Amino acid sequence: MNRETTALKTFLDEAGQLTRFVFRFFREWYRPRYEFREFFRQCFIIGYRSLPLVGLTGFIMGLVLTMQLRPSLVEYGVESQLPAMVGIAIIREIGPVITALIFAGKIGSSIGAELGSMKVSEQIDAMEVSGTNPFKYLVVSRVLATTFMLPILVLMGDAISLYGSYLGVNIRSVTSFSLYWTQIFDNLTFSDVIPSFLKTFFFGFAVGLIGCFKGYYSNKGTEGVGRSANSAVVVSSVLIFIIDLLAVQITDIMGYN
Amino acid sequence: MTAVSIIPVLASIPELPDSTVLSIEHLYKSFGDNHVLQDFNLKLHKGENVVVLGKSGSGKSVLIKCIIGLLSVDRGDIEVLGYKVPELDHEKIDQLRVRVGFLFQSNALYDSMTVRENLEFPLRRHWIQVKAREVEEMVMSALEDVGLSHTVDMMPSELSGGMRKRIALARTLILKPEIILYDEPTTGLDPITGKEIIDLMVEIQKKYATSSLIISHDMNCVKIENARIVVLIEGKCYAEGRYEELKNHPEYRVKQFFE
Repeated sequence: MNRETTALKTFLDEAGQLTRFVFRFFREWYRPRYEFREFFRQCFIIGYRSLPLVGLTGFIMGLVLTMQLRPSLVEYGVESQLPAMVGIAIIREIGPVITALIFAGKIGSSIGAELGSMKVSEQIDAMEVSGTNPFKYLVVSRVLATTFMLPILVLMGDAISLYGSYLGVNIRSVTSFSLYWTQIFDNLTFSDVIPSFLKTFFFGFAVGLIGCFKGYYSNKGTEGVGRSANSAVVVSSVLIFIIDLLAVQITDIMGYN
Repeated sequence: MTAVSIIPVLASIPELPDSTVLSIEHLYKSFGDNHVLQDFNLKLHKGENVVVLGKSGSGKSVLIKCIIGLLSVDRGDIEVLGYKVPELDHEKIDQLRVRVGFLFQSNALYDSMTVRENLEFPLRRHWIQVKAREVEEMVMSALEDVGLSHTVDMMPSELSGGMRKRIALARTLILKPEIILYDEPTTGLDPITGKEIIDLMVEIQKKYATSSLIISHDMNCVKIENARIVVLIEGKCYAEGRYEELKNHPEYRVKQFFE
């Protein structure tokens, strides 16, 4: 078997394994016993502890985007549209995608490494021997936590980003706080907010699922743990862009663009 | 400290036909072309210590994981405390695992939990109906058995290798199992600590009248008093007997373990 055939076989094997993993998730998540305690613990770790990073990057992103957009708008004489443009750009696209990518870097890698090290140190086997379904306890709780926490983080990140943008607007001109927000909300529509908010659930699901999948099937000792963490970030980042592309196509077909 | 009885929620406990608590017959297990276990047979009786001796990669850990249902078997029968392991569903295998302890080679302590939480975990997960106060008593009693009650609020990362092994043993003991499966209990420990762990295993076996199946290649394990030794070669039970018998075995492949 040549190298290309082996690579293709490995890819197809992994795709098959991932498909079975997804089916198993949907088979197990609604069945008792429910791991509420672990779910809320993960929500705290994944959501609350990611907030400072998401907030900081969001603030910088809003500020920088505003400063970068201003010269072009000044050239065309539409500087007054700056808050509306930044607001739409952040809420529709940049906020969800950048936050999801940061989330994939922080949470996807940490889930991949945590489950990977649990796998190689036999902690997952120990859990099974202790009468626990490790898939439910470790995978279902984490995937649900990422699915529900990322949209909340995106909402907070967007809000902080718009505050950053407000600061950026006021560096070169003076705009009141109420006028700034009025300009943003006057230009936002249902089709700007809802589709971009809904897709963040899929981003969160992808990050959690890939992190858990890579960690759960980690092998080759400590080297494998590092590889799991790394590939969890790479694969989930690519998936975020693919989901984004699909979401844009779907909203376009439905006439929301 | 008063001993607390464990009342697991068991639907029905099968009756044992005789003193055999674990019986393996014609067991086969392969991974692709690697035939790890081939027609392996073993019996463990109540209160007995059996040491399975074999080289690295000979299938010792695979054997012990098949017994507890962590790996499925290709062919053959495994009967533990009256349960036919290959035929058990999730509910039944959980019932069995309450009665069978497993000490992992790597200890498998949960890194994110304190020693107390590590010990409480199997109690809470097996749906055992005990009050919070009783849980605390059981945790402290198990820790006292291994001489480490002062570590109750420490994290596993703060413990030495020997202490981690003892805590893992305490976690195994907390459900008062009838059988304990030891996977390489002295691996990674210095000879003195290894000897201490073996002494502790013997002490526990006497105190709780458990049956033990010990997977090892350590000669100190083989020398456990009255232990029956099974030599695993090429996936089969190649030789069986007491230390003194096997030490003078005519077959070199058996004798070399004792040289």
